[in-house]
Amino acid sequence: MSALATDAPAAIIAPGQPLLTVRGVKTYYGNIIALKGVDLDVNQGEIVTIIGANGAGKSTLMMTVFGSPRAREGRITFAGTDITQMPTHEIARLRISQSPEGRRVFPRMTVYENLQMGASINNFAHFDEDLARMFTLFPRLKERVDQRGGTLSGGEQQMLAIARALMARPKLLLLDEPSLGLAPLIVKQIFDAIRELNRSEGLTVFLVEQNAYHALKLAHRGYVMVNGVITMSGTGRALLADPQVRAAYLEGGHH
Amino acid sequence: MAATLDAQVPVRPAAGALLSRAVREGGFAALITLGLSFPILALRTEQNMANELVLVPRWSWVALLCIAVFIARFVQIYFDNKLTRTLLVLGCFTLLGGLGRAVNAAFDGFAATVFTIGLLLLIAGMVWERRVETAGVTTPLSPAAKARWAVVTRYAGPVALGFLAVYPMAMLALAGPGGSIKWIDNFGIQILIYVMLGWGLNIVVGLAGLLDLGYVAFYAVGAYSYALIATKVIPETFPALGVWAFWVCLPISGLLAALWGIILGFPVLRLRGDYLAIVTLAFGEIIRLVLINWVDFSNGYAGLSTIPRPSFFGIPFNASDTGFAAVFGLEFSPIYRTIFLYYVIFALALLTAYVTLRLRKLPVGRAWEALREDEIACRSLGINTTNTKLTAFAIGAMFGGFAGCFFAARQGFISPESFTFIESAQVLAIVVLGGAGSLVGVVVSSIALVGGFEILRELEFLKQIFGESFDPAQYRTLLFGLAMVVIMLWKPRGLVSTREPTAFLKERKTVSSSLVKEGHG
Repeated sequence: MSALATDAPAAIIAPGQPLLTVRGVKTYYGNIIALKGVDLDVNQGEIVTIIGANGAGKSTLMMTVFGSPRAREGRITFAGTDITQMPTHEIARLRISQSPEGRRVFPRMTVYENLQMGASINNFAHFDEDLARMFTLFPRLKERVDQRGGTLSGGEQQMLAIARALMARPKLLLLDEPSLGLAPLIVKQIFDAIRELNRSEGLTVFLVEQNAYHALKLAHRGYVMVNGVITMSGTGRALLADPQVRAAYLEGGHH
Repeated sequence: MAATLDAQVPVRPAAGALLSRAVREGGFAALITLGLSFPILALRTEQNMANELVLVPRWSWVALLCIAVFIARFVQIYFDNKLTRTLLVLGCFTLLGGLGRAVNAAFDGFAATVFTIGLLLLIAGMVWERRVETAGVTTPLSPAAKARWAVVTRYAGPVALGFLAVYPMAMLALAGPGGSIKWIDNFGIQILIYVMLGWGLNIVVGLAGLLDLGYVAFYAVGAYSYALIATKVIPETFPALGVWAFWVCLPISGLLAALWGIILGFPVLRLRGDYLAIVTLAFGEIIRLVLINWVDFSNGYAGLSTIPRPSFFGIPFNASDTGFAAVFGLEFSPIYRTIFLYYVIFALALLTAYVTLRLRKLPVGRAWEALREDEIACRSLGINTTNTKLTAFAIGAMFGGFAGCFFAARQGFISPESFTFIESAQVLAIVVLGGAGSLVGVVVSSIALVGGFEILRELEFLKQIFGESFDPAQYRTLLFGLAMVVIMLWKPRGLVSTREPTAFLKERKTVSSSLVKEGHG
């Protein structure tokens, strides 16, 4: 466990320069190809979203960045380090944090213990300070601090999952479907929090979403994924206005 | 029986419907019991004088059982209050016991006493039900009494420890040197061995969530390490170590077991749940089969004997002039060794508990628990799941090794027979019934399962009811299964299912974790 303290001081990336680059990544589940050669950049200080239908490969891409499953071809670099073949826990130690799909909070551990788990990668340096920050960001978590993760509502669990990821002081935050199964009001709260983090702390965020409207409104740039291939990319605003995107992902009444 | 009961019950709204439902459900349960008990209970094969097997029907047993099940189901449906139910069921069962005595033997004084007790219980149940109906009370404990009880339970831990610390002395004082050996050895030491094994396995199963069906392998590694080193290595190399053999070998046994824990851990790192369970089961069997077949090494089925017993830190427990009794000016008696062994296993068990409690608050322990809850989330938080699993296996195995070393030293003889799958199953049952992850739960279920079986031997009075041929100890496995089913129905997460958080920000809140669903594999 002492290895927790050794975190490689990755090069400091200037805003606007690529932090995460994905080049020609192909991922397979057995013989089935899930990602058919994906290229993508996330620049320092950006919110980048990837939208697409169920089964397009969005979550697979996010998990491939995290090394499980591993890319069979292509290259993934983070802050200049090749992470394509790194074990998941070492990738996490480069300060990439993930709020996984389905939240995955620890159900029998309290909110406080969940947040401790997030901070363990830092060896609890700045734990109290970060805890206070999380409680400012998500006041609901402060009310629930000694309650077990599994007794929280869906929205609170999502807040906890994001806060847990933030406790590691990430350079890049990966969010997988934070709006899944949540009421519109809660989705708005969570997206507002992400926007606030990005604005005030310059946190780089890579967001996978099905809720295309909210995601594109929040993101600086977006990618559209269809069947394991990126078919379109552009600024969030441009994609929102694009007739094809509107027809495929926005018609049928998101606000 | 049912008719006499409902005659005294005050009429409630829809009582008729409730009554008919209770009778129907009770009858249904009794019918199922009839079907199930027919092959087991109704016919018994016995050898007659001509060495032939004859079928002995036991219809009265079947009838008694069906009536008992009917009553239990009837009362459960017809009455709401828990205390009423308990009193009525206990009363009816006692009456049935008296009936059994009257049928099997005669209606004598014993049967009359049983009948009286049963009737008193029934009357108490009816009186209590009347109070529930009229005064609206639901529990005999007032809120004030409950608060007082909460204070008492807070001190239960220290009190229990104190009790365990004075237990052998108290037994010695009560039963004398001859009579107390049974109570210290069969109850005290035996239960504490299982408590220690349970606490060791609790690290693997309860905290890290890795289902291990082969825990007995580490117990065997510890036992054979001590036995082989103490009988073969030490006499040939450092005979002077003789009296210290146990104390030298205890850490070695633990380390060897931990090593084997890691050896087992490596191939199963990628497995979870059922698959992991199968492989660990196989591992346990491999160790046992090697011990049986590698005769040069382990002496096979014959086992190893004349294993040196532990000394009192260099002073042996024997009748010689340098023995424990002579040195301390006592009259020689085997009880001193038994008492000493009790304290050794007590200390080892406390060490296990202390290490577990400490580790839970350290990153590695917290990582175990997080691993149990959600492995994928763990990895995404930068936890090295490989190391986490290996440390859990190694530390759990180490305590199994300590217990094994103690077992070998206590018995003086070991053979592969002592390390069969049923031992693993029993330790696992203790952990699961106690509530995975709970130290207190393991103690309670060890006392219930191990102590309960020993108690069965003491229940001579049951012969008065079921006849002379009745041997309660034979029903051990049946009761074991019954206890499992009942506890899993009544408390699906074990006796102590509340996970005690390791850290609080504000205050202790007890939100029972039984409300929380299990983490996904």
